[in-house]
Amino acid sequence: MCADWILQTSIETTLHISLFITCYNDTLFPRTGRAVVAVLERLGHTVEFRQAQTCCGQMHYNTGYQAEAMPLMRHFLEVFRDDETICIPSSSCVAMIRDHYPKMAAVSGDPAVSRAVHKLLPRIFEFSELLVDKLGVTDVGAFFPHSVTLHPSCHSLRSLHLGDKPERLLKQVRGLTLVDLPEADECCGFGGTFAIKNVEVSAAMLSDKLRCVLGTRAEICTAADNSCLMHIAGALSRQRAGIRCLHLSEILASTEAGEVS
Amino acid sequence: MSVKQDILDRIRNATGGSSITSETEYESINRRYRQVGVLDPAARVELFADRLANYGSPVYRCAESEIAPTIAGILAERAKTGLLVPRDLPRVWLPEGFYFFRESPDYRELDSSEGVLTDCALAIASTGTIVLRHAPGEVSRALSLIPDYHLCIVFPVQIVETVPEGIRQMSSFATLPITTISGPSATSDIEMTRIKGVHGPRTLEVILVT
Amino acid sequence: MSIRVGEAASAPDFPVAAKKLVSNAQVRQNVRRATDVIRNKRARVVAEVDDWEQLREAGHEIKEHVLRHLDFYLQQFEAACTRAGGVVHWASDADEANRIIVDLVRAQEATEVIKVKTMTSDEIRLNPALQAAGITPYETDLADLIVQLGEDQPSHIVVPALHRNRMEIRRIFSEKMNLPELGYQPEDLTDAARAYLREKFLRVPVAISGANFAIAETGAVCVVESEGNARMCLSLPRVLITLVGIEKIIPKFRDLEVFLQLLPRSATGERMNPYNSIWTGVSPGGGPREFHVVLLDNGRTNVLSDDVSRETLDCIRCGACLNACPVYRQTGGHAYGSVYAGPIGAILTPQLQGMQHSQTLPYASSLCGACYDVCPVKINIPEILVHLRGRVVEENHAPLVEKLAMKAAAFALETPERLSLAQKTARIAQLPFTHDGVIRHLPGMLAGWTSIRDLAPVPKQSFREWWAKRQKEPRL
Repeated sequence: MCADWILQTSIETTLHISLFITCYNDTLFPRTGRAVVAVLERLGHTVEFRQAQTCCGQMHYNTGYQAEAMPLMRHFLEVFRDDETICIPSSSCVAMIRDHYPKMAAVSGDPAVSRAVHKLLPRIFEFSELLVDKLGVTDVGAFFPHSVTLHPSCHSLRSLHLGDKPERLLKQVRGLTLVDLPEADECCGFGGTFAIKNVEVSAAMLSDKLRCVLGTRAEICTAADNSCLMHIAGALSRQRAGIRCLHLSEILASTEAGEVS
Repeated sequence: MSVKQDILDRIRNATGGSSITSETEYESINRRYRQVGVLDPAARVELFADRLANYGSPVYRCAESEIAPTIAGILAERAKTGLLVPRDLPRVWLPEGFYFFRESPDYRELDSSEGVLTDCALAIASTGTIVLRHAPGEVSRALSLIPDYHLCIVFPVQIVETVPEGIRQMSSFATLPITTISGPSATSDIEMTRIKGVHGPRTLEVILVT
Repeated sequence: MSIRVGEAASAPDFPVAAKKLVSNAQVRQNVRRATDVIRNKRARVVAEVDDWEQLREAGHEIKEHVLRHLDFYLQQFEAACTRAGGVVHWASDADEANRIIVDLVRAQEATEVIKVKTMTSDEIRLNPALQAAGITPYETDLADLIVQLGEDQPSHIVVPALHRNRMEIRRIFSEKMNLPELGYQPEDLTDAARAYLREKFLRVPVAISGANFAIAETGAVCVVESEGNARMCLSLPRVLITLVGIEKIIPKFRDLEVFLQLLPRSATGERMNPYNSIWTGVSPGGGPREFHVVLLDNGRTNVLSDDVSRETLDCIRCGACLNACPVYRQTGGHAYGSVYAGPIGAILTPQLQGMQHSQTLPYASSLCGACYDVCPVKINIPEILVHLRGRVVEENHAPLVEKLAMKAAAFALETPERLSLAQKTARIAQLPFTHDGVIRHLPGMLAGWTSIRDLAPVPKQSFREWWAKRQKEPRL
């Protein structure tokens, strides 16, 4: 990476960013976490990872196990109590926190929890929100010489209202060709435990999404959520389609020196 | 205990409510939607005509003094010998040489008629809607419904731009039977293909007085 | 009480019914094509209205206000309607409503009734009740006629026969109307329906309708339609019986200015539907000589008692959420086992008749949020789905295996040490299922995943392990 580029684009203040990797990225997609760290450090910020973190409680909450989600929320609030800027590379986990923590806090009946949630919300950022809104960058100095199509996941679109933030980031990646995904705003059919409880319908939805993805002839399908990508990639792999799925951060972390390992 | 009392009790148990309402609460409902139109009268008439055309309803324009000859022309063109009319429709609109029967009470006679000529209570431009008020002497529900052809006379002063303006005018006769008509009878029940004319008049035409 | 939503109490679970339907290519093509058309039309006419969000907000607020004061508004409606010559009846459940209606028809010594499309009558299974009493009901809405003659179930709130294409409809009409030469163009089919029903409109002395809005202030009822069949039924017969769910009340006449904008654009993608009929009691100079309103509870007060999901009752039955729903679009309406299909059905049916029935319906959604975006009265359907899932679990209707798995997962996720241990365990447990770096088959609950998709194995190093190691290394 060249020094000139850093001077042009990084903003003056160096932020100390706390990463909530999310439980499934931690376990299944550690490379996404490494990519987030690489991008943020390249932009001149420092990253912290609190080892005490676990899970936001989304799976439990959305499946109806709201009592089980409660201690996970309390734990989350405790771990991230003092962090000024929290980065989460998963739209659905951010949506869980923004949309449901306030209600859970109200249900808990504990005013301290409500206060903690109230204080937390302005400090959490989905990865592309952090870059575009908080850090004010769209060009993160990435190089990725491939054709890419973006699946704008449901939570990105309809809960976080990310709008064109992921596109704006991708458009600044040198060498990258962004191919429009037809019927992009349709759900891929993942939906957490929906993918297992309603596997037939999930499969039918997925087959529509695959038709669109394959139709783009892109080499790579990306998204701000590894959960959707795990589902899409699982079917692409089953069909031996020869298309890779990569989290947005992994594309943004790539440079002339290669992809994040 | 009566069923009514049962239901009301269940409602009160559910909402914790008492059997009063709060007029202040009703008044505080946010109504930041558009309440009045912005178009000048000429543009309003054009919008109405455009919406009707969009529904596939032909629009004839004429001066007030030309209503009778305009009707004569339409009937001649459609090879009709006459139409049914509501009792109080002004005679001066009716051309010579055609029959105009005052409304028949018999549904089967209506069914075999050549059509109906009416005026309207008001019209809404933004939705291309004609509002009929069914007061005694004015067009009855059956008369505006059973015949297969409906010719309606609309004056520019009767046209409002928005739905809220239309509803406000309708409020003055809110307890009379009211029918709003936006284009001819239609269905999209078969493969979402819009088909004109199922049970209501299959042809709706409008004379727009200029 | 016999609260009933069609035959939902005995319907198969959603995943079971859906499995059959997603394999039915014809249904899927029909549903896809029809919902595509309505969605596009809706999007076009909603985009041209610059105060759409304000209208939605007002619609939501009016409905919420009504629900808070429902007892007041129902009584106000009853008083106004009675003053205008109507007769108001109250029914706690389906059986009661059916009994009232059958008695009213019998009092006329009528053996036939004509019906305007009313989902509520399907909810209480009015037609079988009429038939059992020797009364023949004729559905007059084109789609309802297709469903009735085809001995079928409605699959959509607004377009009940949307799962049928023109060739199927031709076959049904040709057989049941005895028209061997019938063409297959939609025009041919609507002409056949017109001829078949006109004679009934002019002859049958009793009509049964639903209501889109019942206005408390004036006692008036408003019915929204396209074909003119409702106008026929509401205007021509001597006796009119209108079945109204208690949530259909709106406070004042002026409130129509909101709903008559929201409903047509959302339901059929039109600026205004061809016909609206508004009438108050009985009037001189035409219309029915006798008018009865049956106010129906049938579980609605159950819905009202849950303050999170109460707004389910805001629904104005536009069907926009069905057309937008990627699940509905794959299965059509029959998978929901209820007269109320799609996202609104998934929250309404289980609440009306209790969570012990239809407990798979709140799970019939990927929570994608498309329904909430298009709802004209801003019902937060995804939030209510999640809330109802909570009730399914709380009331102990969830599968045991799932419960155990969820409890175990919650335990593992409570502390980082347990999570690390679980990660390590998964890496070992997956070994027998991993071949050439891919998992193609898993046992138990996870078999659902691998039945259609591969799974990449859990990587050798979790993020937290990588980070810990990195912290120990000297930094550049």
